[in-house]
This record gives sequence, structure tokens and C-alpha cells, in this order.
Amino acid sequence: MAEERNITGFEEAPPPVSEWRRFRRVFFSRGVVLFGLIILVLLFLVAVLAPWISPYDPYKMSVGKSLEHPSSQHLLGTDILGRDTLSRLIYGSRTALMVGFISVGIAGVIGIPLGIIAGYLGGFLNTIIMRTMDALLCFPMLLLALVLAAVLGGGIQNVIVALSVATIPGYARVACGVTMSIRENDYILSAQAMGSSDALIMFKHILPNTFPPLIVLMTMQLGALILAEAGLSFLGIGIEPPGAAWGAMVNAGRNYLLNNPELSFSPCIAIMLVVFAFNMVGDGLRDALDPRLRGLL
Amino acid sequence: MTTYIIRRLIQAVIILLIVTILVFFVMRLLPGDPIIIYVAQTAQLEAMPPEMIDKLRAQFGLDKPIVIQYFNWMGNIFRGDFGESIFYHEDVSKLMLERFPVTLHLGITALIVGSVLGLLSGLLAAIRRGKWLDKIITPLTYIGITIPIFMLAILLIYTIGLRLSWLPIAGYTSPFEDFWLSTRQIIMPVICLAVFSLAANARQMRSSMLEVIAQDYIRTAWAKGLSERVVVVKHALKNSLIPVITLIGLGVGLIFSGSFIIETIFAIPGVGRLMVSSIFGQDYVVVQAITFVIAVIVLVVNLIVDISYGWLDPRIRYG
Repeated sequence: MAEERNITGFEEAPPPVSEWRRFRRVFFSRGVVLFGLIILVLLFLVAVLAPWISPYDPYKMSVGKSLEHPSSQHLLGTDILGRDTLSRLIYGSRTALMVGFISVGIAGVIGIPLGIIAGYLGGFLNTIIMRTMDALLCFPMLLLALVLAAVLGGGIQNVIVALSVATIPGYARVACGVTMSIRENDYILSAQAMGSSDALIMFKHILPNTFPPLIVLMTMQLGALILAEAGLSFLGIGIEPPGAAWGAMVNAGRNYLLNNPELSFSPCIAIMLVVFAFNMVGDGLRDALDPRLRGLL
Repeated sequence: MTTYIIRRLIQAVIILLIVTILVFFVMRLLPGDPIIIYVAQTAQLEAMPPEMIDKLRAQFGLDKPIVIQYFNWMGNIFRGDFGESIFYHEDVSKLMLERFPVTLHLGITALIVGSVLGLLSGLLAAIRRGKWLDKIITPLTYIGITIPIFMLAILLIYTIGLRLSWLPIAGYTSPFEDFWLSTRQIIMPVICLAVFSLAANARQMRSSMLEVIAQDYIRTAWAKGLSERVVVVKHALKNSLIPVITLIGLGVGLIFSGSFIIETIFAIPGVGRLMVSSIFGQDYVVVQAITFVIAVIVLVVNLIVDISYGWLDPRIRYG
């Protein structure tokens, strides 16, 4: 069998490496990437298993237990209302992940087709779509989210809408760029010659090509979105009390910084670890999927 | 080069037009009638007869078709008239003229700190790759891009402000009034605003510098026997700066984002704090005006970045 595969005719030709194996080798070669992956797996487990692993009810207040320091009963102490910080931290991971994933999903579903249409059909449509995306990019993410939250009202759904709108341009740009770079490739031209409809070409031949850079972008966006959600809930926009969000916990703990610094610092550390993990996994995916994206994403 | 600049300018005008449409119509998404909101904020809605509301509506031009309203609004903006704040009962332009200099003072300082220190540390990490300097700088940049800005603020307030009492933890003084106090007050906010772009610039600078110093012409420069300073500064620096410049453009938007949080934490009377308080006070006239001005600033900065990009790297002009 080996002789059949040896098409180069050289005895010392390297054995063919499967895409998947090459991906695995590059992806797992860096310690920090692995570390990030472990954090993310743990985060998902914590978010899914929250009701079973959190030691207390995150919403249960007890007046007698206000502002307790960390102890064997309350590993991270309690807040002003006597709620267990660790339990609220665990439930906060659900908020962070939910906001992150839903926003990335919505933004991708809208932004990717827009980018492909703009890149493939070009012309006037391209100008309209891509200049609108540029216009959206003029609003810093937090500004856009604040304005939309002001217009639509607080609430977690509106934060998700706002963050989705803020991230659409990123996907559209990448999808448009990829589409324009492959539009003139032979297999696209031959599909056109065979009479495939534009919709079919865009969906079947172009869309899959946008996946590698977009997966990288999405992973990195997740970190940025979780950071933005934390910033918004820190400012008091987003999940309504008594719901648990990390940013809101940091803000609530600010007034007790001198005596109970753990109230603010534990959610801060959680945010940092998660953002770091998404960034590192994004880096690893980029290097493994397409090293040419280095410096671009 | 001229065609490139003209093309970018035309694009910028189109983008500006879309920005105005977005800002104007998003504000019209508001549930309810702007007049009802205005009246509810200023006086008792029940006590107002319907004729009075109609009169007010005519006074604000809200009885006209929405397209006419849009053009009126645009026309007013070009005359520098952003309307009157619902909450402060003041000209929004006057309000912004008071608040923007504060934010710009902090923001420009942060931008300079972030760019200069970011480029420098990225450069050092690249030319001393794998040495102790690189081993200190690179992990720090990881922290810099992941740390939430409010965490840094709280950490600084907790250690430098409260535990050590070295710096004031809140407030703002104009540097023309009391330069020394002003500088002490802005140190912590500026660090917070600068740290993300500093770290991002350093990372980008390191990787693009590493790419450049692997090129043949750098090896040639070494082989000619040039000193390290000449090789790095004269041959490598300019080419490795190109990708970093985009990042500095993006930094402007990030600094405005940061100012919402930082000015709230440090009680700084800038435009970020005005924005946050206007959002909670439902002062839509102010929100609309600030949103517009920030978007225009970001647009202009990115235009400048694009043009300088084309100037630094002629290949881009034909792209």
C-alpha cells in the first residue's frame, strides 16, 4: 500500500499527514493553549452543573451572615446580603457563557451571509453592506451596547442584542475578505459554468472556506464579549438583580474593598481566567488552522 | 497617492452619512413619543393639556415627516446645535465643550503612553527574544490584554490609593489650575485606559518585528557590519510599524469605551461619565450627541490611520 501512495517517487518522501493529525500536533504543542482549553472545559462543566455543585442557593439571603470572611462554610465569604460568593460566582458563569455564545451565534448568522453576499456579488451591494459595517465599527462596542441598552431598556436580552450588533461587522469583514479572495478560483468558475445558482455557490462552495478564519475570530470574540458583558453589568446594565453576573458582583463589592476585597477580586479573577482562556485557545486554533492569519486576527 | 486619498475620503463621507442615519434612527426606536418622554422628565404629564403637547411637538419640529426631521437634525448639527439637554436644561454643545476636554486630556495621555511604551516594550522583547527581558514582557502582555479595565482600577485604588495612600482615588482638576494635583489625579485612570492598548501594541510590535528581522535585507545589514542600533532603528523599525498603526487607530475606540467605566469609577467629570449618567437619566438628546461625536472622532482617526498606512506602505494604495 505504501508504494502506491508514494507518488513523488522519492524513497524518503515523508508519510502523508492527515489534516486532523497536523491540527492536533500544532494545537496541542503549546502549554498555554492546553491550559486555556482546560479552563474552558472546567468552565463549561461548572456552568452546566451549577445547580449540583454550588454549595448554597445563590439567591438566598441571610441577614445574620452579612459580609462574612472566607471560611470553611463559605469558601469565598458572603456579600452584604449574606449570599454565598462562591455560589454566585458559579451561577455567574452561566450568565457569561450564555451572553457570549448567543451573541456570537446571532452575529455570525447575520454577519457571515452579509459578508459573503457583499464579497461575491460585489458592486453597489458591496458598497452598501461594507460601508454600513464600517459605520457600525465607528461606534466602540461598549458605546453601542450602552446606547442600545438605553433605547431598548436594560435586561439581559437587550444586552445580547446590543453585543450581537456590535460584533456583526467583524464577521462580515472576514467573510467578505475570504469570499473576494476565492471568487475567481477555478472551482468557483467551473461551478458557475455548470449553471449553479449564485445562492448555491455561496452556500456550498464559499461558506465552508470562511469557517477556519471565522472559528478563530469567534473564539477570540467570545473573550471580548464576556469582557464587554462584564463591563456593562459593572455599570448596572444587563441581568436584573438578584441574578448573578460577574461584573455586577465586582461593582457591588467595590464599597467593601478595604475589609472584604475578596468580594470584588474573586469575580475579577474569574473574568480574567476565562478571557485569557478564550484568547489562548483562539491563538492555538489560529496557528493550527491557518498560520497566515497571524497578525490579522 | 492622491487618488488613494480621494478614494478614502469619498468612502469616509459615505460612512459618515450612514453614521448619521444610524444615530438618528436608533434614537427613534425609543418606545414612546420623545415629547412624552421630555414632558415626563420636566413636568407633570397629567397636568399638561393636549394642545400644549402639540405646541411643544411643533416647537421641536416633531410634527413633520421623519425624513424632514432627519435633515433638520443634520442641518442643526452642522451649525453646532445639538439641542438642549433634558436633564441639565443646557445647550448640549456647551455641555460637551465642558466635558470633552477632560476625556481628551486623559485619552490622549493614555494613547501616547500606550503607544510609546507598547512599541518600545514590543521592540525590546523582539530583539531580545528568549532572553530575560522577553520573558518578563511577554507574560505581562498576556495579563494586559485579559485584565478587565475595572479590575485594574479597583486593584490600583485598593493598593496605591487605599493601602498606601500615595495617590488620590477620585476627582479631576484641570492641569491649568493645579498641574501637580492634576497629574497625580490622572495617573491611575491613565494607567487603566492605556494598559490594554499598551499590551496589544507590544504583542503586535513583537510579532511583526520578529517577522521583519528574519528577512534577508536585515541579514544583509548585519553582514555589512552595521551596529545593532542602526539595523534596528533604520532598517527594521519602519517596516514593522505598519501593522501596529492600525492597532493604534483601534485604540481610540477602546479608550472611549474605557472612559465610560474609568470616569465612573474615578468620579471624573468627562464625557464618559456624562454618557453613563445620561443613559440612566434617559437624557436622549445628550446620548445622541455624544454618540455622534465619538463616532465621528473614531471615523476621522481611522481615516488618518488608513492614509498614513498608504504612505508607509505603497503596496496598499493599489490594493
